Amino acid sequence: MAGGGRRVDADPALVMVSAMEKIINFFKSFLLLELLKGMSVTGRYFFARHITVEYPDEKTPQSFRFRGLHAQRRYANGEERCIACKLCEAVCPALAINIEVAERADGTRRTTRYDIDMTKCIFCGFCEESCPVDAIVETRVYEYHGEKRGDLYYTKTMLLAVGDKHEEQIARDRALDAKYR
Amino acid sequence: MAEIKNYTINFGPQHPAAHGVLRLVLELDGEVVERADPHIGLLHRATEKLAEHKTFLQNVPYMDRLDYVSMMVNEHAYVMAIERMLGIEVPIRAQYIRVMFDEITRILNHLLWLGASGIDLGAMTMFFYTFREREDLLDAYEAVSGARMHAAYYRPGGVYRDLPESMAHYKESKVHSAADIKRMNANRQGSLLDFLEDFTNRFPTYVDEYETLLTDNRIWKQRTVGIGVVSPERALALGFTGPMLRGSGVVWDLRKKQPYEVYDRMDFDIPVGVEGDCYDRYLVRIEEMRQSNRIIKQCIEWLRKNPGPVMVENFKIAPPKRAAMKENMEELIHHFKLFTEGMHVPEGEVYSAVEHPKGEFGIYLVSDGANKPYRMKIRAPGFAHLSALDEMTRGHMLADVVAIIGTQDIVFGEVDR
Repeated sequence: MAGGGRRVDADPALVMVSAMEKIINFFKSFLLLELLKGMSVTGRYFFARHITVEYPDEKTPQSFRFRGLHAQRRYANGEERCIACKLCEAVCPALAINIEVAERADGTRRTTRYDIDMTKCIFCGFCEESCPVDAIVETRVYEYHGEKRGDLYYTKTMLLAVGDKHEEQIARDRALDAKYR
Repeated sequence: MAEIKNYTINFGPQHPAAHGVLRLVLELDGEVVERADPHIGLLHRATEKLAEHKTFLQNVPYMDRLDYVSMMVNEHAYVMAIERMLGIEVPIRAQYIRVMFDEITRILNHLLWLGASGIDLGAMTMFFYTFREREDLLDAYEAVSGARMHAAYYRPGGVYRDLPESMAHYKESKVHSAADIKRMNANRQGSLLDFLEDFTNRFPTYVDEYETLLTDNRIWKQRTVGIGVVSPERALALGFTGPMLRGSGVVWDLRKKQPYEVYDRMDFDIPVGVEGDCYDRYLVRIEEMRQSNRIIKQCIEWLRKNPGPVMVENFKIAPPKRAAMKENMEELIHHFKLFTEGMHVPEGEVYSAVEHPKGEFGIYLVSDGANKPYRMKIRAPGFAHLSALDEMTRGHMLADVVAIIGTQDIVFGEVDR
């Protein structure tokens, strides 16, 4: 910190700039020294390697804990995991989840409706945390869109489809995170 | 002779230098500001009222959205309020993790501030440099919590999960060759702590670069020196906290004055300004970034050596481990109770304040023994600072209003709540 001679943590007595220094600073100000020093930083980066990540040809690294678009998972035999315990509906701070339940023909308890309103969702991950059977999960998918407002209202079929498409990745991420949870 | 009238203009709410949704009604005499009248409330989301209808756990993600550039520190004040009412001791490792992420957040906040006020005052490049460093820190956020910004990582009783032992890697693409990718992933080979250590080693050089670009720069000094001067007495009277107060030369930092978590074990200094102008507040924030870097280093060193739990083992407060929940009936019952009804906090009231990057951020919580707060009041530092805008800008030029809004580091998430 040459120029002004002011220091953040300095004693006020030390801050006083001597008369001699003032004269030197006056002549220095014609040389544009500090501007040239700043330009040298810019110049160095002009020739340095670029750090830009050129989306969508490449993407930034993504943690295995990433919380993106939701998915409903199935067991290996194709049976859906969700048992309609409604914990996720209860814990959801944004009230984005809507569940209706009925008994299926084989006597098991299943959802007849499982909707997540993505326009309400705040992606806190509590649904995934609360799920006792790892049915509802947040995937790494963050590139989804809707052309109409209603397109972001995800129904059970849509969520299961997301799960089917990314099951391999989902399972790998859960396995990596298992020891921390 | 015609009557000469002052000119009244609207500044914002769409003005890019208004930092979000600030609407200022400025009364100008020529180009000199006679009166600045901030109109707030355009980002009001009724967080305080909302909190009365949500369980203690459900409120955590809403805290992120108050001051949305220093997410985890907001959570910290909130979870600390609950912990004090419950009278529980957080595991020491969780305390270190919290302190480390508080300081990461402080750097994140100050970097955004530096970039944004650089743009406000015409130093366009600053934004690109500071966002390069923010990227690394946001990666650290994502590594622990899964979200780059709205983390919901601090929980009453500790933090949600321990730090990960691996970092995500760049993948090969048509833009970068295998050799490039190997170089880009060089600091991502180890754990999160290795990644952060590499960052803390690089960061002081970056701060030197920012200083080369700004500290002595005559344009930067012309725009900041002697602008928005606040005397220490006025700063105290106006309720300033954080860098705004320290910029005026008052030695006040909650991390030193009433240490919470493990700040009393940390070795760091508090920078203090002399003149109380925008330039001094800039210098204070720059130095705070260096000091935060020191604290992060100390935390990394401790966290490496001391593994342990990061959450209290009290199933009335924190959910049990998932493996246990899936095997034991009792744990499963606790799990269900916690995620539906949530925890009950004993009757009483508490005020917990943390040294937020912007000042003193406090949560005043009243509980009637239920599973929801009876009342929650958020003490936002930005509100007090914005109230002083009129006093700080009076007599300055119109262009200096931008410099002063910049130096106040206003974020409307917390001002409007």
